[in-house]
Amino acid sequence: MEKVGAVLVVGAGIGGSQTALDLGDAGFKVYLLESTTSIGGVMAQLDKTFPTNDCAMCIVSPKLVETGRHQNIDLSINCKILEVTGEAGNFTVKVLKKTLYVNMDKCTGCGVCGRACPVEAIDMFNEKLSKFAATSVKYPQAVPLVYAINKDYCIGCGICKGVCKANAVEYDLEDEIVELKVGGIVLAPGFDEYSPPEDNLYGYGKYKNVVTSIEFERILSASGPYAGKVLRPSDGDIPEKVAFLQCIGSRDFTGNGQPYCSSVCCMYTAKEAVIAHEHMHQIRPTIFSMDIRAFGKDFDKYIIRAQEEYGVRYIRSRISSINEDPETKDLLLKYETEDGKIIQENFEMVVLSVGLNPPDDAKYLADKFGIELNEYNFAKTDIFNPVQTTIPGIFVCGAFSSPKDIPETVTQASAAAGCVNTLLHEKRDTLITEKTLPPEIFVAGQPPRIGVFVCHCGVNIGGYVDVPQVVKYAKSLPNVVLADQNLYTCSADTQTIIKDKIKEYSLNRVIVASCTPRTHEPLFQETIREAGLNRYLFQMANIRDQCSWVHMNQYKEATEKSMDLVRMAVNKARNIQPLERIKLGVTPKTLVIGGGITGMVAALNFANQNFETFLVEKEKELGGFARNIYTTLEGGNVQAFLSDLIEKVNTHANIHVFTEAKIEIINGYIGNFKSAVFHGPEKTRAEFEHGVVVVATGAKEYEPNEFLYKTNDNVITQSEFEKVINTTDDIGNKKLIVMIQCVGSRNEEHPYCSKMCCAEAIKNAIVAKNQSPSTEIVILFRDIRTYGFKEKYYRMAREAGIVFIRYDEDNPPEIVPEGSKLRVNIVTPNKDTILINSDMVVLSVGIVAQKENNEELGKLLKVPLNDDNFFLEAHVKLRPVDFATEGVFVAGLAHCPKTIEDSISQANAAVSRACTILSKDEIEAEGKIGAIDPARCSGCGMCIDNCAYNAIELIEDRRFGTVAIINSALCKGCGACSGNCRCAAIDIAGFSSEQIYAMITGRL
Amino acid sequence: MTEPIVETTQSENKEWEPKIIAFLCNWCSYAGADLAGVSRIQYPPNIRIVRVPCSGRINAYFIIKSLTDGWDGVLISGCHPGDCHYISGNLVARRRFAILKELLEFFGIEPGRVNFMWASAAEGERFAVLVRKATEIVKKLGPNKKFEKKW
Repeated sequence: MEKVGAVLVVGAGIGGSQTALDLGDAGFKVYLLESTTSIGGVMAQLDKTFPTNDCAMCIVSPKLVETGRHQNIDLSINCKILEVTGEAGNFTVKVLKKTLYVNMDKCTGCGVCGRACPVEAIDMFNEKLSKFAATSVKYPQAVPLVYAINKDYCIGCGICKGVCKANAVEYDLEDEIVELKVGGIVLAPGFDEYSPPEDNLYGYGKYKNVVTSIEFERILSASGPYAGKVLRPSDGDIPEKVAFLQCIGSRDFTGNGQPYCSSVCCMYTAKEAVIAHEHMHQIRPTIFSMDIRAFGKDFDKYIIRAQEEYGVRYIRSRISSINEDPETKDLLLKYETEDGKIIQENFEMVVLSVGLNPPDDAKYLADKFGIELNEYNFAKTDIFNPVQTTIPGIFVCGAFSSPKDIPETVTQASAAAGCVNTLLHEKRDTLITEKTLPPEIFVAGQPPRIGVFVCHCGVNIGGYVDVPQVVKYAKSLPNVVLADQNLYTCSADTQTIIKDKIKEYSLNRVIVASCTPRTHEPLFQETIREAGLNRYLFQMANIRDQCSWVHMNQYKEATEKSMDLVRMAVNKARNIQPLERIKLGVTPKTLVIGGGITGMVAALNFANQNFETFLVEKEKELGGFARNIYTTLEGGNVQAFLSDLIEKVNTHANIHVFTEAKIEIINGYIGNFKSAVFHGPEKTRAEFEHGVVVVATGAKEYEPNEFLYKTNDNVITQSEFEKVINTTDDIGNKKLIVMIQCVGSRNEEHPYCSKMCCAEAIKNAIVAKNQSPSTEIVILFRDIRTYGFKEKYYRMAREAGIVFIRYDEDNPPEIVPEGSKLRVNIVTPNKDTILINSDMVVLSVGIVAQKENNEELGKLLKVPLNDDNFFLEAHVKLRPVDFATEGVFVAGLAHCPKTIEDSISQANAAVSRACTILSKDEIEAEGKIGAIDPARCSGCGMCIDNCAYNAIELIEDRRFGTVAIINSALCKGCGACSGNCRCAAIDIAGFSSEQIYAMITGRL
Repeated sequence: MTEPIVETTQSENKEWEPKIIAFLCNWCSYAGADLAGVSRIQYPPNIRIVRVPCSGRINAYFIIKSLTDGWDGVLISGCHPGDCHYISGNLVARRRFAILKELLEFFGIEPGRVNFMWASAAEGERFAVLVRKATEIVKKLGPNKKFEKKW
């Protein structure tokens, strides 16, 4: 069957949105379906995100706006999948679009209907903690910003229809069924949080001051029910002692919850505790947990900061019940300390850290798409490709396949897009429509002819600002040849009016005085561009968000302020110039650095899309770190996978493999790199051009100096042990084997968790136990971090009789040789000592970065490393495989310790991100960027230090000597350079000093 | 200046109201101001907002120019440290303003006439509070006459 160049993405949380953006940017038509009425999912509900404490809304909303406006993304809300037929490359999907009773094309999102609605219904977004009307949007920054009527609450009074000036309320709108033809499908429905059943042990639902973590997140949020104050629901008091209870509904084998670990709760709880203390300093949080599972990049540092800087108290205990003091509504917790004491303690508020469940409609979706679910009702995925479902052509990302955090979800979102790219690459650009635009009218040098359109926005502006007066005032301003008012300037008919007026009055600058440019500027820019004006000849005055809505009782002042804002916009508009987005060619070839699994997967997927690929490996052989690994914890055969991969890479016509290679130089920028390597025993020099770079240089095992390693033959590392059990039967004669965890991890030298050692130890222990059931195996640990579904194997190991003993982190175990035996002295956290006589000690050594290599490569590519010498991505949450330097990506262990599956996901993600560049013949740089006047530049180089994008360099100019120049391909237009330029040589187009001065002056 | 002069004449009995110019970064603080609007949080109508891409874009001269041009106060707000859309622009700005602050005091500009702050896209309420505070401070300081030009 003929393949189709369109993709269906189900679920528009952060995962689905990222997939849609990647695929839209790579030239595919994307149908993005969302079951609720706005996109953004759980992330939009969060206050802050760990480990950076980034404001969730700040970082996610630009992405959502982009998703909502992307010309290749067709977004539908309130949808349900009805039927799916077909196969990879060609599916037909029947979708039910449920009506909102509000016409999406007409609704301007002004919110008058919501305010007029007399029925206050419960607000799901604020987790039932505040009230909302039956006519509502989910939250103020919702995308798409349209209101919806909830028929369950609506009493049919008709008030909303009466107040809607846009006539968008249409009670008789009906559901619609559409049929979509797509080549690939990505499922991203997310998760549902565990909700404690009725009559739960914690009194949730019965005691007012017991809330779930997601409810607490809304309490913390500045846009939440208490406007960011942490108050307890029973009486609105500030709670001083707040207890967080971990593993609610997770790691639960009683049948009430889920047996797996939900992976994210340890970290989000630490974050909530820190933020609560930050919001209100009197709050003293206590966290009750079994293990602290801080296994991700920089997570452990966050936990340490929470304890040391914010006074968060950790107690290792699982609370079994809570009692409420009926008078004070305080909560009494009874717990057992590690040394066996029973303690009762009073808390003013309790937060239940609830786990992640599969989405409620998991079975429905699985049934419709024909995919299999796993034993926990999450989507079942391929062992070596975590985004591949059981049906070819259908991929999954985010929490639908296993509980995971935001960066992993975003990585998988891009990884799924990467797989779709590989599947449908020949159908790129077949279904997207390019708009034909008229040639731009030449305006340079002409006196400004400004048109000002002032918006009534129904009553939203008109009711609080004297719009006719503002129009009259605008007419009086210099260079304004037209000023007019519109009921809704953003409506489709007004766009036609604006275009007509541009022609009629020969306008060469357009100003709209209405709402915020953050959401509406692109719309109006598109309109004036369609009329032949350069899109940068546009300005907005935000008289709604900054005047009418915030000065509702000050008609005169709001009007005066609106006039001021219009004047400032006019002053700026008189100084604006048309801008050009420069176009750069793209070399459709790639450089992949590192020939381990990550690098090879990336190279192969590039090559399969017909992108010529240069794969550079410093060793003689391909394979990297995985050559030491035989199986994964879940039973995947690593060696078979690896040799198959090496074979494919070595024989692929589009891949040039350079082994024993060293990179000499990497020059150039996004789309246009030129590099040279020395390779082979002869150190032959090779030169090539490429459009992107993927850094997949891996990491290495820590080489211990401690625990008698290398001095006693019976002390070996976990990977050496893995070799022993997979290639010999030598352990049959060992009576007792001790494994020591966190060797070279979570210490002063390497203050991070190496993520896979717990799973590795348990994997090898189970294999060894099966091989030699009489051998006792003892694992000495600090925390067992078998996150996600790996928890099953932890339990399996304990059931097999493997003994787990926690050791005190300040007193690591000591090994004393006694004849052929090794005596292991252990100090437990409550300072008891245990002696074990063992035959063998296995050290679970951590992963360490290749410091010198990474530093060298970092310099060549101008990309940064973190404190632990791993590569530092552009944004820890939302750009996990991108570098701030465009066109350069990171994947695998070079980024931070991770499993093989995660490395493969990152490799695919890097492929997808790279495809957004490689799929184009040329890329457009930003229009609003910096430029340096060489006549003014003194060549001091201050701007170079301030540029976060490495866009500036010093050159020798024939006429001006040493001067800085900005590479317009790399510049993002932030202006950090210009603010510091002591010669005022740098200016930022679109925000030029002249324009800003014009806004400042002329007030009096 | 060729433009028409529009005097907002204060009636005799009415209190003097300062005019404050605010430079807000596009990604956090401007969005915070938008959220204050969407949430209908009321604050004093004394500020006039200028949108800039990043607080790092704000040149010391923008601030000085505002004062010499007769604005009674200047308010500058960017993303919280660590939240910068452009990775580190707000940190560059923070360093720059730390120096400028002392320089302004040296010039004789009262502390409080120029206010630096952070507000995120989720902090509509905080934004309103900061504007209220800044307005109050500048109002107490009275009209800005230090740089008054003798026209």
